[in-house]
Amino acid sequence: MICQQCKEKPATVHLTKFVNGKKTEIHLCQECARQRSDINVFAPFTINDLLSELLDMTAPSTVVHGGEDIKCRTCGMTYSQFKQVGRLGCENCYRDFSRELEPILKRIQGGTKHTGKVPSRMGFNYKLQREIDKLKAELQRAVNTEAFEEAAKLRDEIRELEEELRRKDEGGHSA
Amino acid sequence: MSWITDSGPMRDVVMSSRVRLARNIAGLPFPIIMDKETARETMKKVYNAIMNSNSALVNRLKFIPMYKLDPVERNILVEKHLVSSELIQRADYTGIIIDDKEEICIMLNEEDHIRFQCILAGNQIEEAWDIIDKVDDVMEENIEYSYHETLGYLTSCPTNVGTGMRASVMMHLPALVYGGHINGILQTISKIGLTARGLYGEGSEALGHIFQISNQVTLGPTEKEIVANLQIVVKQIAEKEKLTRKAVHEANGIEFEDNVYRSLGILKYAKKLNIKEFMALLSQVRLGVSMGIIEDVSLTDIDRVMILGQSANLHSYAEKHNKLGTDLDIVRAEVVGRLI
Repeated sequence: MICQQCKEKPATVHLTKFVNGKKTEIHLCQECARQRSDINVFAPFTINDLLSELLDMTAPSTVVHGGEDIKCRTCGMTYSQFKQVGRLGCENCYRDFSRELEPILKRIQGGTKHTGKVPSRMGFNYKLQREIDKLKAELQRAVNTEAFEEAAKLRDEIRELEEELRRKDEGGHSA
Repeated sequence: MSWITDSGPMRDVVMSSRVRLARNIAGLPFPIIMDKETARETMKKVYNAIMNSNSALVNRLKFIPMYKLDPVERNILVEKHLVSSELIQRADYTGIIIDDKEEICIMLNEEDHIRFQCILAGNQIEEAWDIIDKVDDVMEENIEYSYHETLGYLTSCPTNVGTGMRASVMMHLPALVYGGHINGILQTISKIGLTARGLYGEGSEALGHIFQISNQVTLGPTEKEIVANLQIVVKQIAEKEKLTRKAVHEANGIEFEDNVYRSLGILKYAKKLNIKEFMALLSQVRLGVSMGIIEDVSLTDIDRVMILGQSANLHSYAEKHNKLGTDLDIVRAEVVGRLI
């Protein structure tokens, strides 16, 4: 491919821009790219570069469903666009690409379940459930290490919280 | 700015600590596909959300859209490590909300709608998390975030999903570089979910022997676990760096001190300094100061010089002193000579 600007040297810098789902491609040689303010040729190797590599390594099932590229129903970003830029277009991309993203998340993140901070508007029951999940994991660890005394204590705590959750649920329905 | 002017714990090895939290607003496209109008409305929305809260912070915060700054001013923000270069590349879409001490800098419409950052001097990663956690709570009073029950906070890049948190420390590790231990350490920490990179340049070639160490994994561990994990590693690396400094000093005695003082002499009196030489000399002097060999220069002086000796800052200096067009290496020598 030849540089779009000088039409002489081979294009080695390829820029893909998405504005409202519309794609524009720019192909330039190193020198012409340097003269443009919107391209940073000297950007160090970023985690996004690495991500695109990883995306290509994941299951070959990724793109094709009956020959069609998968598309986010909300923002219109396709999975192959995501593969190129390494960024998702909106929160619903996580839903529409969930099958493709799962193996990637496992590979780059290790875990697939968030255990940290919860927005306060998620409500009390959600937080309670998270607390119960945490205690259950601790209980499993205690049983595995044969720390039975601790396990018994954890079991009682879990029962108490589950009881509380049930009460809140019922309260919620009658209200 | 306070991460430079405050002293901070373990400042001899840990220059600064930073915590960043990525958040997006529910129902809006991520910045990468936003048009300019929506981007600017989003910035206003975020700013109003924080200004309409009851937080005491409100009086200390200022909103700056990037298009209102000239390119030199934008680059100065990058050199002060307050914003990313990605933020200033899309100046028509982006902005910051920053406090008067430059401890809290919220990037707007970078990769995500909101990126809270807190930067403190020395090793204060836990303190930085506490501050940013509270700012996040304040913002949340008036903004609904994109959040998924199992995936946590949703981010434009899946490498940030979950906590959306990146905790990092900037460390000065000259002895570990001289001793040839650095690459081994960098490889080891990559095996436990952390990453390290040279702040200016890569690996053992890192200019000024400055490394940034941060968590790689954002989904799975809690924020506190991420902080604790990083703390353990930072303390061990700092310990090893200090032991190696002492060993190198003992082994080389007067040669070591001579080297440090010569570096100070050149920094002070040179008439031309290129960036590579400048960072190398500054690293030597910083080493000398932190070991008590040089007494009349402070660590905060040096870290300030490091920022002011970068090119956008020099450009701004040249502008103010009618020296535009002068070789930046000459301007750098002049600035450094005045400050040290």
